[in-house]
Amino acid sequence: MKANMINKLKWLAASALCVGTVGAQAEVSQIRLWAAACATCHSTGGHAQEGNESLAGKDKDEMFQKLMDYKSGRKPATLMHQLTAGYSDEQLLQISAYFAAQKK
Amino acid sequence: MQRRQFVQTVGAGSAVAGLGLMSGCATSGRASGAKVVVVGGGYGGATAAKYLRLFSDERIQVTLVEPNANFVSCPMSNLVVGGYKKMADITMPYTNLEKRHGVKVVRDMVASIDPDKRTVKLASGGELPYDRLIVSPGIEFMWDTLPGMAKAGARDKVLHAWKAGPQTLALRQQLEAMPDGGVYALTIPLAPYRCPPGPYERACMVASYFKTAKPKSKVMIFDANDGIQSKKGLFMKAWKDHYDGMIEYRPSHRVIDVDAATNTLKFDFNDDFKATVLNVVPNMRAGDIARNTQLTTANDRWCEVDFLTFESKAVRYIHVLGDAIQVAPAMPKSAHMANQHGKNCAAAVVALLTGQDLQALPIYANTCYSFVTANEAVHVASVHRYDAVKKTMLPVPGSGGVSKAASHLEGHYALGWARNIWADTLA
Repeated sequence: MKANMINKLKWLAASALCVGTVGAQAEVSQIRLWAAACATCHSTGGHAQEGNESLAGKDKDEMFQKLMDYKSGRKPATLMHQLTAGYSDEQLLQISAYFAAQKK
Repeated sequence: MQRRQFVQTVGAGSAVAGLGLMSGCATSGRASGAKVVVVGGGYGGATAAKYLRLFSDERIQVTLVEPNANFVSCPMSNLVVGGYKKMADITMPYTNLEKRHGVKVVRDMVASIDPDKRTVKLASGGELPYDRLIVSPGIEFMWDTLPGMAKAGARDKVLHAWKAGPQTLALRQQLEAMPDGGVYALTIPLAPYRCPPGPYERACMVASYFKTAKPKSKVMIFDANDGIQSKKGLFMKAWKDHYDGMIEYRPSHRVIDVDAATNTLKFDFNDDFKATVLNVVPNMRAGDIARNTQLTTANDRWCEVDFLTFESKAVRYIHVLGDAIQVAPAMPKSAHMANQHGKNCAAAVVALLTGQDLQALPIYANTCYSFVTANEAVHVASVHRYDAVKKTMLPVPGSGGVSKAASHLEGHYALGWARNIWADTLA
């Protein structure tokens, strides 16, 4: 417990010095890691091989809309409706933004 | 103080967590020179090696130790058994990991691990130091549960073909040599085993081959489990629609021994069964190196890990991935999952070595395709999210599911899945 408290204080001190950059960095890393899960089928950075859709450099809003349409069932799919159901709307938006920011 | 020791201290976490965080905010990461050794170049280990380099901006030195010259994929290997793909189609080199990502690939076996000195001893005699070690050894078969398989030549005659490689091709050759009217018998071990839908897909592929080349032949499935373990309705439909009268499925048949000389299966409660071609998939546990390093804390079979880092619950600074781990609820032992483990472990190891915060909310998916005919496939998909209270990965309620029906479109996606996971893991 005591060690935890000390760590927490150190963390607070460190984050104060960093003026929020640690939190922002952690969020970027978290989104990058969520997006990496998509790369199993859409390849690293969303630069897909033949057979599946390439995501790198695509329009963020269009990608997000498409994911939301899969999630709601509006857009027919074999499995994307089952996968998008596992993510919050905000997470889908963040993942769309990540792939949109990758070079084509 | 040596640089490596410094990095180790920072990586150790609690003692100087503040320092680690501060170095983390100044530049992203001071892990230059930190050494990670990855044992095993399957889906888990190869992915971890590549993503360690990507996520650390190539600051972490990564050595991958793998005895095989090439990567041979278990997914799609049933298509080789069925005669629809060649070994070359599922075999890939490790060269891109070296050329594009700067992973040092060492073709060797790990003889032993010293967790105190943090060194890996190679079979050839060399020694590799590590700050963090990733063990991704895949599965080993529990041959002691099938005494007859210890007899000379038994394992060359009765094949498992459950590690893609020479046995995949050898099984194909046995099927080609089998006369029409013969019986192919496949046995399935109690879960958990590698690739839950794999045996049922294999039955489809063998039956598909028989249907065109040897129509008087039969496929017998003896399952130690009390029912089909994955995509049950879809496999039952495929067997009825395409292989009616050719595939026979018998649940609750646990093999207790094999007489390879007479191709005979012995069961705990049922009569012996003699087949023309026997394909015995034995019980499984984590690979030997995991067991020899005392990582197999669950039942002496699987390795328990912390699902935020994949660090072993038994041995510090050692992370375990892929089929070798004690899985979380509803998490299959699959290539897709091992690839996901690799990335999440890589991110955690980079964070630990650079003193950054761990990713608090891992979310990743699984998708397993199975071919039911030469061109039609079905899938099972799931999404898994970290539960901070239960400290494990749990399926997200409302997500996941299986195909509505087998289709050519899913066959097309299955091949696309393979090309993409191969690229993501190796290219």
